[in-house]
Amino acid sequence: MTDLDTAPHTAVALRGGHLPRYAPAIAGIVAIAAGALIGITVHWNLAGIAILAALLYIVGLTIWSRLVENARRATDRLVTALVWVALSLAFIPLFSLLYETVSKGAGAINGKFLTWTMRNVIDAPGGIYHAIVGTLLITLAATVIAVPVGLLSAIYLVEYGGPSRLARWIRFLVDVMTGIPSIVAGLFAYALFSLIIGPGTQFGIGGGVALSLLMIPIVVRSTEEMLKLVPHDLREASYALGVPKWKTIVKVVLPTAMAGIITGVTLAIARVIGETAPLLIICGSTDSLNTNLFHGQMASLPVFIYTSYTQAGANPEILQNMAWGAALVLIVIVMVLNILARVAGRFFAPKTGH
Amino acid sequence: MAKSIDVSDLNIYYGDFLAVENVNMTVTARSVTALIGPSGCGKSTFLRTLNRMHEVIPGARVQGKVLVDGQSLYDPQVDPVEVRRMVGMVFQRPNPFPTMSIYENVLAGLRLNNKRLSKSDADTVVERSLQGANLWNEVKERLNKPGMSLSGGQQQRLCIARAIAVEPQVLLMDEPCSALDPISTSAVEDLIHELKEQYTIVIVTHNMQQAARVSEDTAFFNLSAAGKPGRLVEMNPTKKIFSVPDEEATEAYISGRFG
Repeated sequence: MTDLDTAPHTAVALRGGHLPRYAPAIAGIVAIAAGALIGITVHWNLAGIAILAALLYIVGLTIWSRLVENARRATDRLVTALVWVALSLAFIPLFSLLYETVSKGAGAINGKFLTWTMRNVIDAPGGIYHAIVGTLLITLAATVIAVPVGLLSAIYLVEYGGPSRLARWIRFLVDVMTGIPSIVAGLFAYALFSLIIGPGTQFGIGGGVALSLLMIPIVVRSTEEMLKLVPHDLREASYALGVPKWKTIVKVVLPTAMAGIITGVTLAIARVIGETAPLLIICGSTDSLNTNLFHGQMASLPVFIYTSYTQAGANPEILQNMAWGAALVLIVIVMVLNILARVAGRFFAPKTGH
Repeated sequence: MAKSIDVSDLNIYYGDFLAVENVNMTVTARSVTALIGPSGCGKSTFLRTLNRMHEVIPGARVQGKVLVDGQSLYDPQVDPVEVRRMVGMVFQRPNPFPTMSIYENVLAGLRLNNKRLSKSDADTVVERSLQGANLWNEVKERLNKPGMSLSGGQQQRLCIARAIAVEPQVLLMDEPCSALDPISTSAVEDLIHELKEQYTIVIVTHNMQQAARVSEDTAFFNLSAAGKPGRLVEMNPTKKIFSVPDEEATEAYISGRFG
């Protein structure tokens, strides 16, 4: 204390109390242990214990920091703790879902499951080859329709439309499209082809049209954001070399934004590949392999999962197991697509040479 | 090859706003002309009308005449794309194309304009342009590295190489050294000295010493008040401008006394 008394009053204390670097870990362990102890003695379930532990962690760490450190650091610890708790909350359903799907679905997957169809299979495990092929074909059709339309719309919005009234309207309508419920897209496609071809038409390309309706707004919006990020300097540099505008867009703007555009397209695909409702209406379902997008009902993974669960027949165990297997396959397909997009994105990304 | 530029009664508008008023100027071929003046007085705007780059900004338009060797740039039949192939431009900030290598950056103007080049011709163009930009010795070992891997000064010289690869007749430079350190600046200035043997150069600069060092003629732009259009106050040989300018305003600006 004598030290403090002799110190000049103008000096600002640069040193103060510090919690050890592993303080959050200690607080976490103590909070979980205390939460478990209290929870078990009063017979709470796991969720109650987890909530209690999280509360104890937030409050405990903040008070500990307030006592040892200062108010600013305590606030910092409080917010950091909140962020960590929110992150764990977000991860719980994700991990739970993955765990559930893998544990229930992995058993169903074998060579036969991936290469057979359900044709003439009754009360025995069959295969989902027809649904995998259907999903891939329908999604491919949707991508082939949505990417050119979305890409060109985004190019119009950024490079030509600018702040004009037409561009503003298109942007507004695209935003409205984002909110279209998927079943409405399915009904639209069903009604459209009923009018064009005949009532009750169900085929694969109809599913492609319905899914492309859901994809287009995502592709437009993500591509638009990516194109806006391309510096105006680059366009000017290209114009100043006497390069026409369309060529500047094709050769300079698009390559510079390519990585982001690919990511946006992949997200759009991942968004629609698991759609069930529209496909149920416009594609129907079948037990056989159908590789013709333009004729006959077509199976798809989401619809297969749905029908396997709702119409499980005499021996529900078998089809429900297959549904879990199909769900796992669907997740794996989405994951592979994401990895492919990352690789492609890295390949196309502007190179800095570092 | 190099051409002279005649500007008469040029008014430049952004929408309804008159940005630059009544410019009359003659730029001689194979010389360097510097444009100086305070920020916002319309130097860059004026420069960009010399290759119709200002049209990239929505609402920008001009009245008056710009003749490059007697050819009017603003005739209705004239294609701005052709004008820009004849009048090249280097910008304030280096802007190499990030998806392209050094080699591809130099060839960008030719390749993007559909010129078919044999490999050997392309190699010749790249070497000649990079040598013209004083960059060849620094990058000849790594032509396939990305253009963005170079330092700022090197990137700017790469942009100059890219501009001269299409063999323009006039080269416009909009504050080419403002983002560069003194050593890179000196490299670019040496380059300007060499380039004026072949090209007509117009350079905008905020650096009075630079204007004095590199240019034959200097034009001083000013605006009478904020919100008023900028105008050409005086154009004279650089030596005269920096010693005995005709106008009092020029003298005041150059010696650091404003207003």
